[in-house]
Amino acid sequence: MKTHNNFDERFEFTGTAKTISLVGIVLGVIGIAFGFILGGDHIQRVYSNLLLMGYFFVCVCLAGIFFSAYNYVAQAGWSASLIRIPQAFAKVLPIASIILILIITAGLLHTHTVTENGKTETVPYLYAHWAAHGITTPGSENFDAIIYGKKGFLNIPFFYGVLIVFLGVYSFLGIKMAKFSEAEDTEGGMANYDKIFKYACIFLVIFGFTFPIFAFGVIMSLEAHWFSTMFGWYNLAAMHVSGLAVIALVIIYLQKRGYFTWLNENHLHDLGKLIFGFSIFWCYVWFAQFFLTWYANMPEESVYFYKRWEPEYKWWFWLNIVMNFLAPLLLLMSRDAKRLSNRVMWTCIVLIAGHWLDYYLMIMPGTLGAERGFGVEEIGLFAGFAGLFFYLVMGKIAKAPSLVPKKHPFLQESLHHHR
Amino acid sequence: MSKTKFILGCFDDPDNMMQGITNLQKNSVPIYDVYTPMPIHGIEAKMGVKDSRLGYAAFCFGCLGATVIFSIVYYTLVHDWPQNIGGKPSFAIPDFVPFTFEWTILFTAFGMTITFFAATHLFPGRAPRVMDLRATDDRFIIAVDAKGNIPHDDITNLLKEAGAVEVKHNERKYVSYE
Repeated sequence: MKTHNNFDERFEFTGTAKTISLVGIVLGVIGIAFGFILGGDHIQRVYSNLLLMGYFFVCVCLAGIFFSAYNYVAQAGWSASLIRIPQAFAKVLPIASIILILIITAGLLHTHTVTENGKTETVPYLYAHWAAHGITTPGSENFDAIIYGKKGFLNIPFFYGVLIVFLGVYSFLGIKMAKFSEAEDTEGGMANYDKIFKYACIFLVIFGFTFPIFAFGVIMSLEAHWFSTMFGWYNLAAMHVSGLAVIALVIIYLQKRGYFTWLNENHLHDLGKLIFGFSIFWCYVWFAQFFLTWYANMPEESVYFYKRWEPEYKWWFWLNIVMNFLAPLLLLMSRDAKRLSNRVMWTCIVLIAGHWLDYYLMIMPGTLGAERGFGVEEIGLFAGFAGLFFYLVMGKIAKAPSLVPKKHPFLQESLHHHR
Repeated sequence: MSKTKFILGCFDDPDNMMQGITNLQKNSVPIYDVYTPMPIHGIEAKMGVKDSRLGYAAFCFGCLGATVIFSIVYYTLVHDWPQNIGGKPSFAIPDFVPFTFEWTILFTAFGMTITFFAATHLFPGRAPRVMDLRATDDRFIIAVDAKGNIPHDDITNLLKEAGAVEVKHNERKYVSYE
């Protein structure tokens, strides 16, 4: 048992890792440029993929705050020595939020003309189903009675209000908790821990009620005629699993680089249990949404699955279940599997790709339909946002005063976890 | 010849008890068992206890539960008396998911409980056999079989050194029989 750890060690973010993350960002820019140069449907593909990755980016950062908040509220000891990693995610959330809002603004302002059912109209690239000009103006030729009935929720001021207020509150609370934890390093005592506990409780209450609304606004409203009350929880589960997978991957990466030597297979086991459990939960809510829609079989609801059952998407629809449910179920079921860092690493990679596909299936049928694709834009933008995330998070970890909260009251419990 | 059957080291602190186990193991004293009022992390690895096989029982009971309810519902709603419910086919797989899921969990939970009771000789209404009553309250007990060749005083000293608050030399194995 190793009892002497050097907590003054700092993470240095230089060399190949930094270069690779910058190359990723360049690939992302190339992906965007490629789409705009080709024009036509490729512009729509760029916007849809930007929204996908912007949302994914925000969700992973949010999952960092969510993870640290529930660990503090549960007064969990095991996670104390790795809590700086989700806290670094939290510190990136403001940047992720600004990027998401910029993407959405660009998508709403940039319009193009489409011809549908012999009618030509000018619609924005994102949220065309409810943000098109005149769609809620009675008497307009674009008038849509269903959207008119939903205009209390689906209008630009309310939409931006939701985005700015929710993301602002999440960012504020997340950064506050990280700052208190850093203040604890120098001040000691219980005062900061108690403050984090209080902020974490407030965060969880606000987050639990508002995240579904956030998901309704950003993703569900792409197909504004359709609705599902399960959608918010379904997104919460997807957000949580993909966030946990990223946390585990970052830990495994840093350990392979020779940092966080105090974390052992027992910490990985606990993370593995969370990933396994919430993959099952993801499938549970996925099925709940599907099953109720299938059983009731009302046209306005089943249109969502009808579109995903077309040949363009059917294969991906099934692959989604395989990657996000069957893969973690079979790969992580046994106790020993959760303790093997390579097994957990590969499962996390499958899950991150799987939840990319999950978001892809939420966004593409409503924006691109049969013109969907998988090529330069998709891969480039994924690489771009992965590089950006890696660059920002590693930068935050390198900037943190130390890799562990040195005076966390449960730190010793975490260092001697199951030992 | 001493009548002592079991030597019990009683600790009031789990860390001292772990030290007691270390002391005994260093001196090659075989430990019969350890009784604690709460789970102690890492004690299985230290004592060399084999991984529980309860998971295999859980898997078997889960499969049994899934098979039983799937057969019942298949027989009643598909084979014996098919009905038109909302125009769906009688044998539609999504229909079968919720209750198969529930019965899998139900059988797993009950099956595991029954298996655990059977394996540990615990049944409702039966007085459990315990070596020291305070092991369920506030004492951490290390039990050593006194029949070995090691002098009893040495075992007592090893336990005392680790911080045992009391060392008992019991002439019967259990203090409670039904």
